[in-house]
Amino acid sequence: MKKLGIREVVAMGIGTALFTVLTTVQIPIGIPNTYLQPRMAVLAFLSAAFGPIVGAVIGLAGHALGDALFYGGVWWSWVFPEAVVGICIGAFAGKFAVKEGGFDRKNIVLFNIIQIIANAIAWILVAPVLDILVYAEPAGKVFIQGVFAFLGNIIIIGILGTILMVAYSKVAGQSSGLKKED
Amino acid sequence: MNRFLSYEKKDTWIHELSGVTKLIFFLLWSLTSAMTYDTRVLLVMIAVSLVVLKMSRTQFRQVSFVFRAILVFMVLNVIAIFVISPYEGCRIYGSRTDLVRLWGSCWLTKEQLFYLFNIVIKYFTIIPAVFTFLITTDPSELAASMNRIGISYKLTYALAISLRYIPDIQDEYHRIKNAQEARGIEMSGKAKLKDRIVRTASILFPLLFTTMERIDTVSNAMELRGFGKKKKRTWYSARPLKRNDYLVLILTVLFCAVSLFITYRDGSRFWNPFQ
Repeated sequence: MKKLGIREVVAMGIGTALFTVLTTVQIPIGIPNTYLQPRMAVLAFLSAAFGPIVGAVIGLAGHALGDALFYGGVWWSWVFPEAVVGICIGAFAGKFAVKEGGFDRKNIVLFNIIQIIANAIAWILVAPVLDILVYAEPAGKVFIQGVFAFLGNIIIIGILGTILMVAYSKVAGQSSGLKKED
Repeated sequence: MNRFLSYEKKDTWIHELSGVTKLIFFLLWSLTSAMTYDTRVLLVMIAVSLVVLKMSRTQFRQVSFVFRAILVFMVLNVIAIFVISPYEGCRIYGSRTDLVRLWGSCWLTKEQLFYLFNIVIKYFTIIPAVFTFLITTDPSELAASMNRIGISYKLTYALAISLRYIPDIQDEYHRIKNAQEARGIEMSGKAKLKDRIVRTASILFPLLFTTMERIDTVSNAMELRGFGKKKKRTWYSARPLKRNDYLVLILTVLFCAVSLFITYRDGSRFWNPFQ
């Protein structure tokens, strides 16, 4: 726990609050009970900006709090995959350099490859398996749900997450846009 | 504006309990409720949690909107299970008693009904527990007491910060949304999917920027006050565990252990009335 600086602590706290507030912001896509969740783009952004520990905490605490505050129950088997997404994307935080303005074309590709892999692990593997183990729900149903969640999340992170990171990186990078003279 | 569950100060013995006691109760309770499919255990759990909710003097108006949201979610979930896997109950209980023919070769079976009934009452074991926990627990007291039982104060501080800023960020969200709507950006369901994503970005973007600024401001302020320099810190709202806390903890652990023992005694988590 030695790398937990003040900025990370605050990012966890305020990031969790933002993620929780965005629980109710959902974009319906026409399939019943399935929504695009803009909060996933925020999770991806904050993980990429602050690293895996912050990403994991925001995913865990944000999902659990959001569930409890707005729906009155916590669906634990879907809380943990959220942390998986945060950890996977956060692991490459150093490469993305979002806050330093280094999020270029190469990073966009890398970010999207990682987010697709992370979401696949989280929603097609971890979430359905936990659903079956913990809640004994029918396998067919949870895998269908998982695939829809996977698709929804890669779309929203792919579009919204990428836009957020490119734009933020542009603005944040301006102040530190000094180039070393040769 | 508050469309979510929030703490309300009252004078009952449940409010007096330490936040940690209630957190442990809530975690063990939801763990037990998730693990057991024993109908008898679930019914007892509903009764107990309703009594606790009643004792906390929670009024229905405090929870009604959330209650409605969870009912909708529950109904959709039950329907999804039924449509995708209409014979799950028969598979679990190892028998099949047809009741009514629904369509084609699909029958409504007693086992499936019983399985779905169990899923529904599982929701009702958790709902009162969540309500009690969130409505009777003072967030800053919870953070303070979590640190007392040995969780790193940096983590509990993060929790305290997030609970503190949820209402602020919610206000901010509504302000930005109103501003964008005033500029003529349509937020309702009439727009096309791609447009809706772009429009959501027009809210998220300012929101994320102010959030990043807020993170900077708050962490600078904390740095100036020397946060994180020492291994320990003191808390204004810390409260020691009292006799009632220990009683509740012991009873909770006992109850959950006995419930799980009854559930798993015959080697299966399902209680089977069909044999």
